Amino acid sequence: MNLSEEQIERYSRHIILSEVGGKGQEKLLASKVLLVGAGGLGSPVGLYLAAAGIGTIGVIDGDVVDMTNLQRQVLHSTADLGRPKVESAKATMTGINPDVEVKTYYELLKADNALDIIKDYDFIVDGMDNFAGKFLLADACHMAGKAYSHAGILRFDGQTMTVDPGKSACYRCVFNAPPPAGSGPTCSQAGVLGVLPGVIGSIQATEAVKYLLGIGDCLMDRLLVYNALTMTFRNVNLKKNSSCALCGENPTITELKDAEQAVCDLKA
Amino acid sequence: MELQINGEGVEVGDAISVSELLKVQEVKMPDMVSVELNGGIIQRDTFDTTVLADGDKIEFMYFMGGGSRRSAD
Ligand SMILES: [Zn+2]
Repeated sequence: MNLSEEQIERYSRHIILSEVGGKGQEKLLASKVLLVGAGGLGSPVGLYLAAAGIGTIGVIDGDVVDMTNLQRQVLHSTADLGRPKVESAKATMTGINPDVEVKTYYELLKADNALDIIKDYDFIVDGMDNFAGKFLLADACHMAGKAYSHAGILRFDGQTMTVDPGKSACYRCVFNAPPPAGSGPTCSQAGVLGVLPGVIGSIQATEAVKYLLGIGDCLMDRLLVYNALTMTFRNVNLKKNSSCALCGENPTITELKDAEQAVCDLKA
Repeated sequence: MELQINGEGVEVGDAISVSELLKVQEVKMPDMVSVELNGGIIQRDTFDTTVLADGDKIEFMYFMGGGSRRSAD
């Protein structure tokens, strides 16, 4: 691939970085990233990956934009109310950068479609709101050998880790299985600071770009934990758990299953 | 004895188990936390039998979804 003059101008601040350069930018333009969820986390990821010139960005989300989303889901605007999030996301991302091909999947990630959808992508970003989906994606990425970024947010807290399947600690190494239904509080809203997914999602986008370029150290074998109130970041070092049901010595999870959706609909 | 919990020194009674620690630290939803002890994740079914020693490094890691309707503390 040869960069056009317009592309050389558009990506000039990347190209000038010795760690990226023209070669790196070409690599990004040839890369494919899947966003699972176009909500709070998926929004900043989508904006920055589109701007960065990731050539193909897949977006899977079965939801439509509602008023409560707009406090933090910056891919969508007031005019998008009622519109499928994947459509609104596609319009925003291609508006930022027409180089990007956005593939939309107006559906939920399920055991019967997960492997088929993720197989075409180089890196996957978990921007999902519910534990069933998060565990399903962890399992699917492990089985397909796809690196991905996990993140979770709540109130003023966020966390993220990057998993290189089989090589670094996986989501199940740390969290084992979805929490039992009813172990959390009721469905009354715990709330989330609107900018929180902006911070954590931007880190996920950074990880995607680094992974694709093969530069720096990704968040493998560590969980980055953020608190907005104290404005602190901590790295919790992790290691692969030999009794992990997914990537341990005697794995018991060898096929995908839809976990029961816990207690209620969990909207990001 | 003193433990390091999420990077901070915390004074607790001697020879307590992980389950007891979750209680004295007032972790309201123990099902929503994973526990790392000195760098290794410990299995939930050993929380009762894993006894802590002075200087142990503990990390509580909370289940976090996408951001609403489920609190982890
Ligand atoms: Zn694992």
